[in-house]
Amino acid sequence: MPSDMILLLGVNHKTTPLAVREQLAVGKGYEEPLHALRSIAGCKECYLLSTCNRVEIVVVAQTNAQVEEDIAKLLFGTSVAPEQRQDYLYIYRNNEAVHHLFMVSTSLDSMIVGEAQILGQLKEAYRHAEEAKCTGPVLNRLLHKSFTVAKRVRSETQIGASAVSISYAAVELAKKIFGTLENKNVLLIGAGEMAELAAEHLVGQGVSKVVVANRTLSRAMDLAKRFNGTAVSLDELFSQLEQADIVISSTGAPNIILHKKDVKPIMHTRRNEPIFFIDIAVPRDLDPELNDLSNVYLYDIDDLHNVVEINKSARDKEAVKARRIVDEETLKFQNWMDGLSVVPTITALRKKADDICQAELERTLSRLQHLTTNEQKAIEKMASAISSKLLHDPVSFLKNESCKEQNEVKVEMIRAAFGLVDKD
Amino acid sequence: MALIFYGVFFIKQKKNIRTLARLTLLTAGVLQTLYILFRYLQTGYTPITSQHETIVFFAWSVTWAYLSFRWRYTVKNFGAFISLLLFILLLLAAGASHTINPLPPALQSWWLPVHAGISVISYAFMALAFCGGIMYLLQERELKNKRFGYFFTRLPSLDSLDQLNSHCLATGFVLLTLGIITGSIWARQAWGAYWQWDPKETWSLITWFLYAAQIHQRFSAGWRGKRAAVMAVIGFASVLFTLWGVTFLLGGVHSYAQ
Repeated sequence: MPSDMILLLGVNHKTTPLAVREQLAVGKGYEEPLHALRSIAGCKECYLLSTCNRVEIVVVAQTNAQVEEDIAKLLFGTSVAPEQRQDYLYIYRNNEAVHHLFMVSTSLDSMIVGEAQILGQLKEAYRHAEEAKCTGPVLNRLLHKSFTVAKRVRSETQIGASAVSISYAAVELAKKIFGTLENKNVLLIGAGEMAELAAEHLVGQGVSKVVVANRTLSRAMDLAKRFNGTAVSLDELFSQLEQADIVISSTGAPNIILHKKDVKPIMHTRRNEPIFFIDIAVPRDLDPELNDLSNVYLYDIDDLHNVVEINKSARDKEAVKARRIVDEETLKFQNWMDGLSVVPTITALRKKADDICQAELERTLSRLQHLTTNEQKAIEKMASAISSKLLHDPVSFLKNESCKEQNEVKVEMIRAAFGLVDKD
Repeated sequence: MALIFYGVFFIKQKKNIRTLARLTLLTAGVLQTLYILFRYLQTGYTPITSQHETIVFFAWSVTWAYLSFRWRYTVKNFGAFISLLLFILLLLAAGASHTINPLPPALQSWWLPVHAGISVISYAFMALAFCGGIMYLLQERELKNKRFGYFFTRLPSLDSLDQLNSHCLATGFVLLTLGIITGSIWARQAWGAYWQWDPKETWSLITWFLYAAQIHQRFSAGWRGKRAAVMAVIGFASVLFTLWGVTFLLGGVHSYAQ
């Protein structure tokens, strides 16, 4: 077991531009990449998460650099030169990997801290991995743990409140501008997690049409289907702006995609119909100067935060609390992982047997006062002989080198059978 | 009598109980009507000649223009702004002389209620547009600055204010045009010429052009929002000047109310 490690490789919106992320070989579907992962030599358990903001792979594998190399190759396919991978890819091992996964599941690593979509995506990714029989005892435990950590963070901190209230604030602002939202058109630029949430709120308010503009049309189509909308490519952005009333932008583009000088002529064609831009991308998608145009209202994520009056320090405080929970849970998981290896299990097993022997001997010997010291010693010897003979088989089963691949399973089984379950 | 209104309006300002406020305003409207009728019976002519009468009539028109508007559209808390305007108007009316002057011979015509009435009612609609414009500017400023103060939750949406602007403007403009035309016909009868560049006439024309430009821009170039609101405010300033400024500052044959 000590030779196995948890390995997490991934790219996300912080490290990798959207253009690169979209070219990743594993971007589409789950079955194929999971199958490919499983066939990598030395990889015992694997799991893949793919959302619009991140692609992450977690594997339990034997320690060697070749595995990392193989996974990276699989992740990037042929689209990125090997030398460039370092710029985008992050690799976490063991504790760090666990920590990162918890950060993701609690949405502390999300574009919008506190959004709840990620947990659903994580669960779906896990379901795929489980169905493909890619997960084993370690990943099963790890992923289930990541769900409970997310729930714990959600219930013990206020971190989720801000994300929900942001989309609520967006709706309130839209109502102040347009009165009613009926017969209004919504344009989503980029198919991000938060955009989806905000759009959901807007559709609940009777918005008539949803258009999704995205670089990759297939993603746009997926999202559009959810809202009975239409999908367009980013090239059609300007013509779509002529009809949209509410625009939610959340692309992962590194630069501003819509400038003041682009929107000005559009306002003319719109005959100055008011337009409400919501920029929830980090970094920003929309030129802050758009707000200077008349009948254009631009709110970015910080503005929305201000609207809901959750000031930054309060938000940070919640994030710190959440981070503490993540650290705590990472430590707990580490303890469990340590327990999983063979040697501590054997030690624990022996200790348990010794404790039982000691307790029983004391009880028996106290009633047999007439025994000589030699006789007492003989009885003690017999007790320890029985326990060690009883333990011999389970211990050699654990130590058996021939089926080392199933160490985790064996350890789990023995721990459960002998009641060596940790309190957690 | 008007003093009773002030009290009622003032309470209305304080209270946010909507239905009660609306009822008080309605009562005030009825009372104003009665007051004007009473004055009509007292003087024997339509009471739109003296300063006091004009203001009361103006307030009356604003009240009924608002109530008629209210009947078709809902604009949140518009009433509060209107009643503030009414309060100021009636305060002015109370301050102005209540004495009944004998009607100058030039005004003894049935054109008086037609011309003056239509003009003042058109001003009332412009007053509504003005109030809407002020509200729009307040609300728009909050939305643009992203700092939400006292007004944000209390003011209606920009869109409804903009609609209000367009409707009041359209109605007011038609009436304003009619007012000028009837005035011109009456002038032909009373003074022998349709138009003689009297300061009041000139300023009415300036006001008319201001509103005409605004309407033209709104329907051709899509002027709306802030620009329309600012125009409504400027237009109303011009209305006020035509109504009072000209009389006090410029004089001319049209100045009857002293």
